[in-house]
This record gives sequence, C-alpha cells and structure tokens, in this order.
Amino acid sequence: MIDLQLLALLLTPLLGGGLLAVFGSRRWAAELNSLMSGFTFLASVALTMRVVEQGPQVAFNEQFFIDPFNVFLVALTAFVAFTTSLFSRPYMRVEQHHGKLSTPMLHLYYSMYQLFTFTMLLALTTNNMGIIWVAMEAATLTTVLLVSLYRTPASLEAAWKYFILCGVGIALALFGTILLYFAAERVLGQGGTALLWTHLNQVKTDLEPTVLKLAFVFLLVGYGTKIGLVPLHSWLPDAHAEGPTPVSAVLSGLLLNIALCAVMRSKVLVDGSLGNHFAGNLMMGFGLLSVVVAALFLSRQKDIKRMFAYSSIEHMGLITFAFGMGGAVATFAGMLHMTVHSLVKSAIFFAVGHAVQKSGTQQMEHIRGMLQISPTVGWGLALGTFAILGMPPFGVFASEFLIITTAMHSYPWSTPILLAALGIAFAAIFGKIQPIVFGETTARRLPHPPALIPVFVHLLLALILGLYMPPYLAGWYRQAAALLG
Amino acid sequence: MTNNASQTLGILFQLCQSLLVVALAPLLTGWVNQCRAWLQNRSGAGLLQPYRTLRKLFHKDAVLAYNASPLFRITPYILFGCMWLAAAIIPIIAIDLPFSPAADVIALVGVFALARVFISLAAMDIGTAFGSLGARREMLVSFLAEPALLMVFFTSSLISHSTQLPHIVGTFAHHEFVLYPSLAFAGLAFVIVLLAENARIPVDNPSTHLELTMIHEAMILEYSARHLALVEWASNLKLLAYISIGIALFVPYGIAEVGNWGVLPLAIAALLVKLALAGAGLALLEALLAKMRIFRAPEFLGTAFLLAVLGLLIHFLLGA
Amino acid sequence: MSIPFTTQIINLLASILLLIAFAMLSQRRILSLIKLFAWQGLALSASTFVVAYSTAQHHLYYSAALTLLLKVLILPWLLHRLIHKLNVKWDVETLINIPTTMLVGIVLVIFAFNLAAPISQLSESITRGLIGIALASVLLSLLMMITRRKAVPQVVGFLAMENGLFFAATSATHGMPLVVELGIALDVLVGTFIFGIFFFQLRETFDSLDITHMEKLKDD
Repeated sequence: MIDLQLLALLLTPLLGGGLLAVFGSRRWAAELNSLMSGFTFLASVALTMRVVEQGPQVAFNEQFFIDPFNVFLVALTAFVAFTTSLFSRPYMRVEQHHGKLSTPMLHLYYSMYQLFTFTMLLALTTNNMGIIWVAMEAATLTTVLLVSLYRTPASLEAAWKYFILCGVGIALALFGTILLYFAAERVLGQGGTALLWTHLNQVKTDLEPTVLKLAFVFLLVGYGTKIGLVPLHSWLPDAHAEGPTPVSAVLSGLLLNIALCAVMRSKVLVDGSLGNHFAGNLMMGFGLLSVVVAALFLSRQKDIKRMFAYSSIEHMGLITFAFGMGGAVATFAGMLHMTVHSLVKSAIFFAVGHAVQKSGTQQMEHIRGMLQISPTVGWGLALGTFAILGMPPFGVFASEFLIITTAMHSYPWSTPILLAALGIAFAAIFGKIQPIVFGETTARRLPHPPALIPVFVHLLLALILGLYMPPYLAGWYRQAAALLG
Repeated sequence: MTNNASQTLGILFQLCQSLLVVALAPLLTGWVNQCRAWLQNRSGAGLLQPYRTLRKLFHKDAVLAYNASPLFRITPYILFGCMWLAAAIIPIIAIDLPFSPAADVIALVGVFALARVFISLAAMDIGTAFGSLGARREMLVSFLAEPALLMVFFTSSLISHSTQLPHIVGTFAHHEFVLYPSLAFAGLAFVIVLLAENARIPVDNPSTHLELTMIHEAMILEYSARHLALVEWASNLKLLAYISIGIALFVPYGIAEVGNWGVLPLAIAALLVKLALAGAGLALLEALLAKMRIFRAPEFLGTAFLLAVLGLLIHFLLGA
Repeated sequence: MSIPFTTQIINLLASILLLIAFAMLSQRRILSLIKLFAWQGLALSASTFVVAYSTAQHHLYYSAALTLLLKVLILPWLLHRLIHKLNVKWDVETLINIPTTMLVGIVLVIFAFNLAAPISQLSESITRGLIGIALASVLLSLLMMITRRKAVPQVVGFLAMENGLFFAATSATHGMPLVVELGIALDVLVGTFIFGIFFFQLRETFDSLDITHMEKLKDD
C-alpha cells in the first residue's frame, strides 16, 4: 500500500513533466500543469495521513523512507507547488501577453516545473544519501533554465551564477557524501546498504568520528550553498530577482527547505557519531551570520524581489540557527518556522509578482500606491509583509518567539544579536513596503481585481498556525523533533 | 681483507672513476652533438670533435683583456676543479667510493653554486655588456633551478632516509623494483633542471655565438686559448655530472660494489650504455623543442619546481 | 617494500590525475584543455579498472566502462562539437600570473593532504591516501574555475572537479552503490547539455563567451 501511494506521489509529477514536454505548447498546458500538481498534492495528502496513522515507513526495498519529519515537508512542498501552479496560470499568461515570454519558453517552463517538483519530492522521500545528492543536483539542473527564462542579460547572468555556484556547492556535498560512505563502509560493509539513512542511523554511534566531522563540514557547506547561508548566498538574490516570479516563489518557499532537510539528515548521523555539539555549533554559526548579514543588506535593496530574497536568507538563517541549537523546543520551532515561512514567502512573491506586473518595474521607488490600484494586491502584500516580519497573530510570530526564548534560555549571548537583526530587518522591510502599499499614485485603478486566492489561502493558513495549533499537527511536529534530537 | 687493503682498493676505484669521467666528458658532448646532427639530417663533426677543439685551444696563446683581474684568470681552474670534483664523487660505477662522503647531495648543489658564482663574477669582471647580461640571466635561471634541484634531492632522500648519495643509490639499487610516483615526478623535474643548468635548448642554445638571447656563451666570450679550453671542458664535465646524478638517482641498476673487480667491467659497460642512451635522449629533446623566449624560462623552471614539490607531497601522502 | 603492484599502479594513476589537474590550471588553449580533460578521464577510468581488478568487485568494472564512455569519449566529443559550433576553437585565454596560481595550487594541495591525513591513517585498505589526492584535485579544479574568465574553460573546470569526485567515489572508497554512480553520471551529462544551451544563449546575448560581461548584478 505504502509503495503504491509513494509511487503515485513520485510518478505524477514525472508523468506531468513528460506530458507537458509533449503538450506544453497547447493552450490548455497551464491547466494541465495545475491538474498534475493537484494530483501530486492529493497523493501527498494520502501519504501523509498514512504516515501520521502508522508512523515511519520504508518502501521499495528500503530505498525510500518516510517519517514525520519528511512527510510534513512532502505535504508542504506538494501544497505550495500546487498553489504556485494555480498562481502561475494567469500570471504567465499575462507575461506572454506583454510579449516577455514566447510559447516555446512557456513550454519549457511547464515541463521543467513538473520535473522540478519531482526532484524535490525525490530528495525528500529517498532513504539513500547518494540519491539525495543526485536529486538535489537534478533540482538545480531543472531550475537553471527557468531562471534564465526571460533571456535578458541580467537573467542569464543570474542563471550562470546560480548554476556555477550551486554546482560547485553541490560538488562539495558529494565529497561529503563520499566521506560518509567511506565511514559507513567500514561498519556496514560494501554494497547498497551503506548509504541508506535508516541503516546509518542504527549504527551511527559506531561511525568513525574524524571522518564524519569532515563529511559534515563538506555537506553543510555544499547543501548550505543551496540553502543560501552566508557567505555562500551570492547566487540567491540574483536568481530570485531575475527569474519569473513563480520560480522565485518555489525556490524560496521549497528548494531552500529541502536543502536544509538534507543537512538535518546528516546532522542526526554526525551527532550520533561525535556525541557532542559540533554540528549544532557550526549550524548556529552559519545561521546567526546569515541572519545578521541578510538583515544588514535588506535596507540597501532597491529591487523588491531582491529584497524579499534577502529576507529568505534571513529566515533560513534563523531556521538553521534553531535546528543548530537542537532540543525538542528549538527543533519544533524550527519546523514551524519552516512551514510558515514557506507559506508566507510564496504568498508574498505571488503578490509581488502582481504588483510588478501592474507597475512594469521591480524598482521599489517606482511602485507606489498599490492599495489604490488594486486593493487585493495591496492588502495581500501588506498582510504578507506583516506576517513575514513576525507580527503577532501570524505563525511567524509564534515560531520566532519560540526560537528566541529558547536561545535566551540556552545561549543567552545570541539573543541580543538576533533581536537586533530582526529589528533592523523589520525597519528595512516595513519602511520600504509602506509607501508601496499606502503611497499616492497617479495610476488608474485596475478594472478587474486579479485572482489572488492562493495568497490569501497561504496567509490564512499562516494565521491559523499562529492562533491555534491543531493537536495532530503539534503531535506530528513533536515526533519529528524527537527524531531529529 | 684488512681495513687498510680495502681502503687502498677504494682509492683505486676512486682513481678509476675520476680519470674515467675526465676522459669521457668531451666524448659525451661529442656524442650528443653527433646525435643531434643525425636528427637534423647532417653528417656531424664526429665523436672526437670536442677533443680536437680542446687540443687546438690548448695550443693557442692566451689573450687577456687589459683590465682583467686575477679573478678572471683563476676562474677557469676553479670551474674545472669544481666540476671534476662533482663528477668524480657521484657513485656511478661503484657505490662506496672513499671520496663520496666528502659531499652529500646538498653539498653537491653547493659545489655547483660555487662554480656559478665564479663564472658570473668573471663574466662581469671585464665589464662588457654581454658578460653582465649573461651573468644576470645565468643568475635568474639558477635562482629558479636550484630550489627545484634541491626538491628533487629531498624526494629521493626522503624515500631512502639519507642525503648521502651512496646510501640513496644503495637503497634504490638493491631493493626489488617499486613504482614510485613521487620519483617519477622528481625525474621529470630533474630533466627540466638539467636542460636549464647545462645551457641546452629550450632555455639556452649551446651552439650559437653572438645571439641576443644566449646565456652561457655570453659569459665566456672574453675567454681564449687554455682558459676557454678549461671552461669548455668544465661544461662538458658538468653535463656528465648532471647525467650521472640522474643515473644515480633514477636508474642505478647494474652498479658495482667497491672491491668487486669482477663486476667492474660490467658496471662500466652498463654506465656507458646508460650515458649513451641519456645523451641520445637529450639530443632528441633538443631536436624536438624550440628555444623559448627568455621571459618564458621562469615559467618553464617553475614547472620543474612544481613537479618536484608535488613529488615530495605525494611521497608524504602515499608513502610511495 | 611489500606494497602490491596494483596499489603502486593506482598510486601512480592518482599522481597523474593530480598532475593533469595542475596542467589544466596553466593551460591557455581551449583545445588542449579538452584534451587534458580526456586524459584525466582516461587515468580515472584506468584506476577504477585496477581497483575493480584488485578488489574483485564487479560493479566497478561497469563504473570503469561508464567513465571511459562518458569522460573520455562523450563529454570531450560534446565539448569539441560545441567549441566548433561556437567557433571558439582557437581561443587563447590571457592568464595572468601563472606562477602565483601554481603556488596557490601547491598550498591547496598541502591543505587537502593535511585535511585528509587523519582519514588516511584510519584506513588499512590498499588505497589509503587517495582521498587526499581526490580532494586536492577537486580544490585545484575549483581554483581553475575561479581563475578563468571564459565560459568554456570554466565548464571544463567544473567537469574536472567531477572527475576528482568520481575518483574519490571509485578508488578511495571502492565504489559507491551503482545506482548512485549512475545518477551522478546522468546529472553530469545533463549538466553538460545545459551548459551547451547556455553557451548559445550567452553568445546570442553578449556576443562572446567572456564572463566578465556578467558582473553587473551587485549589491550597491
């Protein structure tokens, strides 16, 4: 049964990629894209319910492994991929209408979108540390041509940077994986099982600490490039700013999470082998640096998508910091933050996409008075910004509050740094978004309000998570937190 | 055998090698030139041409510049002495030569450096433009080649745990064959150093005079007659010494032990074959390569240094 | 001296791999660079083959064949076609300061060896020390990518880095599971294709493959 559900989850996007590679130029390609993403989402729901009922499962000769930690990311990924496909349908049509995109480009976009979803789900569900690497690299490959979709000099530059930097990063991660195998082979023997995470997890105390230490450094630096941790982040703002908005939304909301998930899988093994806080300290260091540097860069941004890309770096840094601290509460908070950040950040990118489309520029000084032009876009952007800045009723507040109180308890020295960085980020983003939403403009009001249902659905979910945590969800996070230690 | 007798025997062997090298050196140069001539489709001047040149030069009257200092006069003798010493103590026909402990590999580099200092000083002594130019270039080349040469020596010293040449040679000659990647690298580096230090193509051209890019010839332009003969003979010896070092370090097989008269003819025959092969190889290299601009020489020698250092590092990591 | 002969050969091939990594660092011509890349692939394939023979692991024979096919034949051929079509066959890059680059390279090698030293002491297997060489060649290729200003050499550097990793995967650890190796090979192949597409997009947009054109996006 689990085999079948997993198969449905993985094959649907793969099939979608194949179908759209053939039919991507048809008029109904966008609908097909949404449909396949919808099916993927349904499959993920079915899988999630099963795992919630029956606990961790392995499938296909132990090649796949689903536990509460990754299944929540599977559900989140499939959900955001689905809503993004809904958002991209009208959005990309308008882009085509404006002459920015041609039909062949859209063809490429749709089929790559599905394949990208497939690689992310594969990276999440596989039990093989080697396959995680393969899937992560494949995720880069599928998105790199999407970043350069507009074929402008800037977008080509961004895509080249993305490709080279992530390629180098991921190569280092491969070296880390090889070292991991090197250590595992001595315990588990030659052959296929030595890279299976479940097997590694059982023998983690026997793994050679010197090798694992080095392996983790490589894995963290490698996948950390993908997460966008400072100082490996320089591809991220470019790729987010120059790529099409739906791509920015999934990159920011999903891909970064998945890279972090790969790091967490390694961290569990390294903690078991070393028996100290080495991995956690490294992650805390990188996380804190990312939060601080991103916050400082935020105020200097002129491009709206670039600014929110830096905000993603900041939040990923915060999550990495939380996971680095470890312990039940911090890990719980980290996962909650991962969820709400994905929801809110993709919602913001949807709203930003519309705002940019309406005003024809990404420069913030030229985007003014969105509330007058279109109240839906204006409110979506305003609420999204409130949410991402950690205003109380939204889920981001809850998770940030938890992270900071834990930090105050376990690592008091870090609290002022975190608070200062969050304060700077708040001032920077709020100061720039306020005139965009509430400012005066001479532009005419739009005749039809744009369809922004995904934005409000995401924000509503984030709001609910902030006000009330459903008990099964809390239990689910707790299980995962216990698993990650 | 008593201690005294073995000492006498050692000295006999030493004498044998010393005379052999001094007699053989011009022949080797003749052989290299002959091979090169054949490769260039010329008939060549014959193997004995260097001897004829030496005889001719010894019969001439020496002419000295009027402002030449005593240093200029004694330099050829020092040069010849250094090179003879170097060529005589490298174990090529027998391992435990009594003079060998006089200089280990590092001191050997020092002997070469001493000779170089004198020839450069002598080149500048007269004060001609060519002399100073040549001296400057010689210093540039040697400043890059010397570290590379030292690194080559260090690699083989590390493998054999000694800087004494006899010990190094003994280690390599008497163990079963092992493939040393580090030695292969060192060997390549050594070939480059050999080309540069002996003023061969591609760094310098031994068969030209009065060309703007020459190095060695520029330094000895002011010498004539017996002085020139000694300088030429010294450079023949230097080539022989370098090739001997190469043979000792990388292909010492077939070398004799001191006192073992029976193996000596065989050892000498093996040495002659090796020298002939090395000379032919050198000629081939020179025929294949083109003279490079002097500005490229640092890069070329840098490669040698790099190779030697790599060899050293690989030895540390792989222990091989 | 009791090192088995196969180990000696593997060590030698490893050294050759490292040497080629250095040679690539200083190579100015694109054509020669691709040739060097193919030679590196050959050394890699040969060492995988020897490891397969000496440890009697059959799946490593497949790896060796795969490497031979991909790294020695297909990828160089693809690159040749690309530079032919892009008409950059005779491009010469003006590399400044090769000696400095070389010195940095040596420092990197020392760094890599130091990093790998505790690991090689752990391993009693025949291939101890190879991790250090693999890491060194990965870092050297990385250095090569940093020093290049043209797109094609940069990509060759990227592929050479993959060579170093493959060497670590096949020789130092006696081979990863085959499915992982296949996945890696597929990624490399697709990556090269995408790089190819990129070259054409770049030339269409910038009229050259000089990546100095692409330094506009900055935080000012």
